[in-house]
Amino acid sequence: MTVLDTFGLLKRKKAVRRPDLATQWTLMWWKFRQHRLAMVGMGLLGLFVIFSAFPEPISPYAPFERDTKYVAGAPMMPHFFDQDGNFHLRPFVYGRKAGRDPVTLRMKSAIDTSQRWEIEFFVRGAPYRLFGLIPMDIHLFGTREGFIHLFGTDFTGLDLFSRTIHACRVSLSVALVGVVISFLLGAAIGGAAGYFGGRLDNIVMRVIEFIRSIPTLPLWLALAAALPRDWGPLPTYLAVTIILSLLGWTWLARTVRSKLLATRHEDFVLAARLSGCSDYRIIRRHLLPSFLSYLIVDTSIAFPEILLAETSLSFLGLGLREPVESWGVLLFAAQSIRSVDQAPWLMIPGIFVIVAVLAFNFVGDGLRDAADPYSR
Amino acid sequence: MASAQSVLDVTDLSIALGQDGARIPITEDVSFSIGRGEVLALVGESGSGKSITALALMQLLSRSLFIAKGRVLLRAADGFETDIAALGRDGKAIEAIRGARMGMIFQEPMSSFSPIHTIGAQIAEVVQIHERVSRQVARARAAELLAKVGIPDPKGALDRYPSEFSGGMRQRAMIARALICSPSLLIADEPTTALDVTIQGQILDLLRKLQRELGMAILFITHDLGIVAQMADRVAIMYAGRIVESGPVGEMFGHPAHPYTRALLAAVPRLGDLDHRRKIKPIAGSVPNIFDAPSGCRFHPRCPVADPARCASQLPPVHARGAHAVACIHGKTELPA
Amino acid sequence: MIAYLARRLVYMVVTLLAVSVVSFIIVQSAPGDFAEIYAARKAAAGAIISQAEIENVRLQLGLDQPWYLQYWRWFSNIVLHNDWGMSWEWKRPVGEVIWERMPLTLAIAFSTLFFMYVVSIPVGIYSAVRRYSIGDHAVSIIGYLGLATPNFLLALVLMYLSQKYFGQSVGGLYSPQYETAPWSWDKFVDLLAHLVVPVIVLGMAGTAFLIRAMRAAVLDELDKMYVLSAKASGLSPLKLLIRYPVRMALNPIASTLGWRLTYVISGAPIVGFVLALPDTGPLFLQSLLNQDMQLAGALIFIYCALTIIGTLVSDLLLVALDPRIRLE
Repeated sequence: MTVLDTFGLLKRKKAVRRPDLATQWTLMWWKFRQHRLAMVGMGLLGLFVIFSAFPEPISPYAPFERDTKYVAGAPMMPHFFDQDGNFHLRPFVYGRKAGRDPVTLRMKSAIDTSQRWEIEFFVRGAPYRLFGLIPMDIHLFGTREGFIHLFGTDFTGLDLFSRTIHACRVSLSVALVGVVISFLLGAAIGGAAGYFGGRLDNIVMRVIEFIRSIPTLPLWLALAAALPRDWGPLPTYLAVTIILSLLGWTWLARTVRSKLLATRHEDFVLAARLSGCSDYRIIRRHLLPSFLSYLIVDTSIAFPEILLAETSLSFLGLGLREPVESWGVLLFAAQSIRSVDQAPWLMIPGIFVIVAVLAFNFVGDGLRDAADPYSR
Repeated sequence: MASAQSVLDVTDLSIALGQDGARIPITEDVSFSIGRGEVLALVGESGSGKSITALALMQLLSRSLFIAKGRVLLRAADGFETDIAALGRDGKAIEAIRGARMGMIFQEPMSSFSPIHTIGAQIAEVVQIHERVSRQVARARAAELLAKVGIPDPKGALDRYPSEFSGGMRQRAMIARALICSPSLLIADEPTTALDVTIQGQILDLLRKLQRELGMAILFITHDLGIVAQMADRVAIMYAGRIVESGPVGEMFGHPAHPYTRALLAAVPRLGDLDHRRKIKPIAGSVPNIFDAPSGCRFHPRCPVADPARCASQLPPVHARGAHAVACIHGKTELPA
Repeated sequence: MIAYLARRLVYMVVTLLAVSVVSFIIVQSAPGDFAEIYAARKAAAGAIISQAEIENVRLQLGLDQPWYLQYWRWFSNIVLHNDWGMSWEWKRPVGEVIWERMPLTLAIAFSTLFFMYVVSIPVGIYSAVRRYSIGDHAVSIIGYLGLATPNFLLALVLMYLSQKYFGQSVGGLYSPQYETAPWSWDKFVDLLAHLVVPVIVLGMAGTAFLIRAMRAAVLDELDKMYVLSAKASGLSPLKLLIRYPVRMALNPIASTLGWRLTYVISGAPIVGFVLALPDTGPLFLQSLLNQDMQLAGALIFIYCALTIIGTLVSDLLLVALDPRIRLE
């Protein structure tokens, strides 16, 4: 044991903990908590979960509400200080006057500092059904007069902030379902290959190598393009998710297989078999828990991959389509440089994508550290 | 025992661990000398600080450790003299010494060579670092050394990779690499611990032969008293970062003055123990960890003859008679006349 | 060694065959065929197509035959006659259409690969050696962001920024004034300037990944015994660093070359599309949307072939770099 290990152990003695009595899960949780970035990631993910669960109350407008007075409008900044330097307890946005741009003859909104539209919290707005069941009409914030578009609007007057919050649910659920399918596929196939070995293992390995040698995006594109245009939103959603996970399970299968190959000759497996356990039971109850931590880590890596893939597909118009809106679908509007030039705020959903991926990556890093709680 | 004859004079060498501004002593006031062509064994249990001392002699300590005080005077046969402790970790000065005036071999022959370079390349490079010679000359020298350390087919061996050699062969190659520039001092950090006993004997024989041939001094670090008896002229015993006793091997083993040395010798199993149903006598207690070092004499919690009044409060005085020195309050009476 | 090579080659050929079948099936599996799309488009343009005419088109293009016959026709034409068929969309031989744009795809792909390795290796080494320094943290942050940003978004943002602040007309390969001009140094510089954005966009995530991998690999090696051993020989720190731990760390990095190429080829269509580059990217997307089977199938096949060849090259590279594999 080196000098530095002793030093490290002593540092930890200060917290009144009993590492010798803690279960594996407790140890992992402690290690995870030490990773500050991972905790930040968890916080962010928690925020996204809230967005996914309560999009309607959080957004000031319904996603299909068009505001004809403010088309392709820039984001509106809330202020606490007005231009004279007075402080107002209640934040406000400056009013907008509609007018025509003399040069391009397009409708433009100009900031009118004489009007202040105060932001109120828990206002009544467009009615909705919480969870599709409970009719409510309270929104987190809004303005009694005028309008508030925190992220601006698109070329048809739809509020980008509301749409972005609503899209959170779709983007994350696609990633979640995709990951779950990948996980099940990967664990099953990799498990069988690793456990039974021999010819089955060989075949599976060849297939995996084959799939991994194919550039994923062109294949995804091709598969997605093969989907019939006239399918409804739900079947399309499911099909896109399945396509994404079909190519993603290989990573997990490899991990499961190699870990199984390493452990299946261990004595505890022999003992289980001698006591009459079926193969399935052995895999599920005896082998799997021993490397569950590695599986968790690999799964956390798959999340951002699938999220990014779905966003890319939808951006190209080959993935999800309206009315099912994910962040990628929102970005579809930003496809041309001309749109981006006129309304650069249309790229804002991309920021949400980046933050979500960062959060997943941080959590994944933390999980990786925690998965081996005995390491330094 | 400093003298004009000594090739290395270590005086009050103290190494500390520095972390977040705190300084934790690891070894304190370590002093010894190695005469020209002499073999000094540095003995201690794991954690006594002997390996760290050896690393410090070539300024090879890791980033978190540093030399807090002391002098390490190197005297080469050609009159070159320098205090290594003052040289700093990096720089041309210390680089010129490493591999040329002092060489070091390590415990793990398995991992001491880069697996993706040939043995020949790794040995010849030492020559090219310190002398301006062509690659061919360096290679020829490397082949010479390989022959000297007993590796068969030295020319062929030059182009083979470490994985193609056995542990014993790799250790020989490591010796070749350490000696190729004829250093005045070789530091051997437990070079045989990782080898089988038979190979161990061969390596020790090799080292003795080379030492005589090259007139080189060796600092031999080990915890095996048998090796000490076989190889060393003098021995220094370390405990918890301090030297507790030093002297010529014969005298030390015959008349150990320090309670720790006595306990070490008593703990060595001997032939016939089994027949006479003699039990191994371990030393009670365990080596203190550096954060919890006992005050005063480090050994006093485990010492059978400790005096609680004095041993716990002050560092033991050093008594010496001739070449034999001991750090113990009973030193005056225990040292042989 | 030879046996290993031979095995890999055989395996590569088999994989290519399998890939060709798969790519053919995928594109065929879309409902409706070109004849119908052709008819729909004509109808939208106001012309009247009779059922017989649709059938005629079908017969002409061989769309009535069972899929395995169609496949065989397609495949044997490619292999035996270097005839990739006719693009129904463009009404030109597929070969022509692709090879007009392929050089650019290849140029971008290889420049990106070059950029990725040239940047990530030194930066990774620096991060490892100066762990936890400000530079290391800065690199980490950029790395995280690079991995998290979808490359098309990066493309859009870069395009927008360079338009807004540098007034440069991005998108496309050349500024308007050089479009049809003869080759000159200025035109070359202009081309390079336009290539910068695609290469950065395409290579960003890969570079971030490689930097982290290089950093981890070097860190792993720095603690090893042979580094201390070499230091004890008097080797200077820089030479020591490069000759031993870095050289060792390069092995796992080099072995990922194949996957990096896959990734680059993967991202090229999207980036090409967003940046409106005249390479195979937009071509590929269009052909998918229009069910131009000859073109789409050929492109998928070529993409996969490039990837598979790239993997073979990286395997060979690894064998060359790491003597331990040779000895097994």
